[in-house]
Amino acid sequence: MSNRRMRLVTTLALAILCFMDARAGLNAQDERASSPLNQYSSVVRSAQSKIVKINGGGGFRGLESYQSGFLISDDGLVLTSWSYVLDADAIYVTLDDGTRNEGKLVGYDPQLEIAVLKIDATAVDHFNLDTAVLPRVGSRVLALSNLFRVATGDEPVSVQRGFVSAVTNLSARKGAFESVYQGPVFLIDAITNNPGASGGVIINREGRLIGMIGKEVKDSSLGTWLNFGIPIETINQSVQEIRDGKMIVQREQNQRKPTEPMTLELLGVVLVPDVVNQTPPFIDRIVADSAADKAGLAPDDLLISIDGQLTPGTRDVRSLLESIDRDATFQLMIRRGKSFETIQLKL
Amino acid sequence: MSPIYKTRSNLSVSPFVLIALSVAIVFHCFNGQDALGKPLCVQENTQLKAAEAQKIATIGQLLKTAVCIFGPGGKGGGSGVVVSADGYVVTNYHVVQSCGKFMKCSMADGQLYDGVIVGIDPVGDVAIVQLLGRDDFPFTKFADSDTVEPGDWCFAVGNPFLLATDFQPTVSWGIVSGTHRYQYPAGTLLEYTDCIQTDAAINPGNSGGPLFAANGKLIGINGRGSFEKRNRVNVGVGYAISSNQVQHFLSHLKSGRIVDHATVDFTVTTNESGEVRINDILTESQVFRRGARFDDELLEFAGHTITSTNQFKNLLGIYPKGWRVPIKFRRPANPETGDKPETFELFVRLSGVHDTEELIEMMEGKSARVAPQPKLPQPPEKSPPQDQPAIAKESRTPDPSLHESRRGFANYRFNRVRRTELWRRFTGENNWQEMDFGWRVICKNAQNEEITIVLNDRESGYRSKQQTIVLDSEIDLALQPEPKGSGGLLVTLHLWRKMLLQGPEKFGDTVYMGAVPNQYPQPSQYEWMQATSEGVETNWLFNPIGVLSSVEMFPEPDADPCQVVLEQYRAQQGLQFPTLIKYRHAAGDWQSLTVERIEILGDADE
Repeated sequence: MSNRRMRLVTTLALAILCFMDARAGLNAQDERASSPLNQYSSVVRSAQSKIVKINGGGGFRGLESYQSGFLISDDGLVLTSWSYVLDADAIYVTLDDGTRNEGKLVGYDPQLEIAVLKIDATAVDHFNLDTAVLPRVGSRVLALSNLFRVATGDEPVSVQRGFVSAVTNLSARKGAFESVYQGPVFLIDAITNNPGASGGVIINREGRLIGMIGKEVKDSSLGTWLNFGIPIETINQSVQEIRDGKMIVQREQNQRKPTEPMTLELLGVVLVPDVVNQTPPFIDRIVADSAADKAGLAPDDLLISIDGQLTPGTRDVRSLLESIDRDATFQLMIRRGKSFETIQLKL
Repeated sequence: MSPIYKTRSNLSVSPFVLIALSVAIVFHCFNGQDALGKPLCVQENTQLKAAEAQKIATIGQLLKTAVCIFGPGGKGGGSGVVVSADGYVVTNYHVVQSCGKFMKCSMADGQLYDGVIVGIDPVGDVAIVQLLGRDDFPFTKFADSDTVEPGDWCFAVGNPFLLATDFQPTVSWGIVSGTHRYQYPAGTLLEYTDCIQTDAAINPGNSGGPLFAANGKLIGINGRGSFEKRNRVNVGVGYAISSNQVQHFLSHLKSGRIVDHATVDFTVTTNESGEVRINDILTESQVFRRGARFDDELLEFAGHTITSTNQFKNLLGIYPKGWRVPIKFRRPANPETGDKPETFELFVRLSGVHDTEELIEMMEGKSARVAPQPKLPQPPEKSPPQDQPAIAKESRTPDPSLHESRRGFANYRFNRVRRTELWRRFTGENNWQEMDFGWRVICKNAQNEEITIVLNDRESGYRSKQQTIVLDSEIDLALQPEPKGSGGLLVTLHLWRKMLLQGPEKFGDTVYMGAVPNQYPQPSQYEWMQATSEGVETNWLFNPIGVLSSVEMFPEPDADPCQVVLEQYRAQQGLQFPTLIKYRHAAGDWQSLTVERIEILGDADE
């Protein structure tokens, strides 16, 4: 090939490339969107289709009975906040197209305050947690959630815009109590953390997932409301563990029960009276010199899990103990104040 | 190896480098990137700068159309936007509610204008005020709010926290968070249907102000926000009444009336397969008389495809009472009779949600029944700042005759003026009063038979080959729907003559209603005047150039009218008369009469 021909081909190739690229750019966007003023509607629409409206417990004394969540697998796993809304006989999950499903609580991470639900669905649009991006101070973000339960049925959830204003650790309180979650967060300059918004998503302007909208909490020193998301990076591993069968709620025991199982009485633990459907298993009393006493358990400790299986209610504690032989050693996770501890127990 | 060869060698490689580079650059420009991550390419930077300049220019222009409203003594108030050069301002009902008949309104030109209340829609929370003193106010026009999508940039202009003590409005920028939203009534009134949700800051005082799309199109009127535990300040969730709703109501509100919303005389429910079906229907309603029945599926309403009960109820809220819409139904298959599913379209006049008295009572009873709008952004009760300009001290008072009180009206003066204007536009040079004699209208029907209609003050009559009918002035006109099958053609024409001779003021109780869509003679918007005379209710519809094009006469309020369409106006006896008269009753076939001539009768001729 001669130099002249080469140059001609190069020039042509360049021209065609530039032209094609420019054409592709124009074709991909309609007139509305080609204006730099309206660039988000397709990104917003795509994200909205992956967000769900969750209705469950609460609904009295200023406790909203609703929150947001989003699909994370094509077979209907939903990531959301772990809250009293999920503490209900039935949790209803409404998809973007308006179909309503009962959601089954798969598992939750009480430290990160996240929960995974499962609905009967196949091939649904979802976010991929593994392709999430990191929050960066100054980057523009969109927050999508069903705040104030503005949307019902097939109505799309709300979208707000803002910037990441800080990446930090949460130091917050919820009413008189310290917030359980004290881990990494990114603060947003928009008012995103409204009633019902927790469990919603924060995405960048290309539609990539950055984080999950957190709960309504106030800064522990200033008392101002905080608007923040929890980075997906922080919660992804825990979600994976729940998907792998750890930190799950297992109500039906298939294992063979030992003839002489462990009991709370043998351990010397007295839980608070079982008054509601799912009474949180707080320790009321510890029998002096018992195994529990020696292991360092104390009144007001909250039992979180036994051998990695979650114990949301006192009944879950009793039923899980029934599958442990009284000669065995087992692991107990508790929450004491705002810290989580793991304790080995043996009679 | 010679240096030349080296050069050649370099040349033969460089195209690929160039291509790679160009691809990288092009990708860089078109795919964009995080504003802070990588440097922007020059092209995008220029675009951004141009867009920013455009944005500033757009806002600058539209600021001029915004109005800051101040209540009496500078207490309370809100925002508004001018929508015509003669100073009509759209705002919220809950803003003007406490302002009385007159209010002070500031604009970005630094002037304080007097405003007078014109019309109110207490259910939809919209009100119209007219600014006084100019006929060249800067104004903006409503755009189609159905083109707005979540994620679109938008901005609100107004008077948050009554900050405009320097008369300058405030701008807040944001995006559209949701469209077609529904917000439950605050108290018993103030229901927001099909509204726009935005995260542009909407604070107390922003109420009534405009929400613009980024391109400057007026898409809504800001009115409320979701306020709960964080006091009465913006939490990123504000709502604007859609421009489409306001446009439907605009001419109705300019009529000085207390305007009501439309409803349908059936209810629907969504079944398991997602079909929206009638589960109850009033048998005395027009929609029932036209053929809609229990279990019919609602497919379309006013051109919108219906997908759910909620969406339908939401949509219904944007139309005023008396609006006319096409409704499409599907009759399901009937296995018993073997009938196949059938789709049919009806054209229906929508009835009102309230009767007028009920609406007035609800407004007057607001203290008893409504906890005054807990969720509405009302300016906090704060004492006006010390340096507040002359609002409170303002002594100039507007001409009190600009407001006329009358039950059922926000300002009767505007109804009178509108009605007079409409009538004057129709009559023009025609002075029918000079025709204050009996009329003999000689026509031919479709069968080419001669029909003679005599119209006079007392004993109008109709004569064809088969029959002669004379109205009995001793009996109610409503009881004389002659000739048979017409629903009352003779009574309608009798009243038509009376209206032409006497004009709307003397005719009876005549109210200018606003514009409504109608199909006859052609699908269009018609200006609508409603009148009651001699115990009979009539609708008078004028086409866009102001010609009386149809009359509807209702022997009873819930009955089907006799519809008379007047076409092909020509000069007769020196006056403009229709030469084609079409009429029908209910959904019957149109009958036509071709007018041959009109004769004036002396007193003795009858």
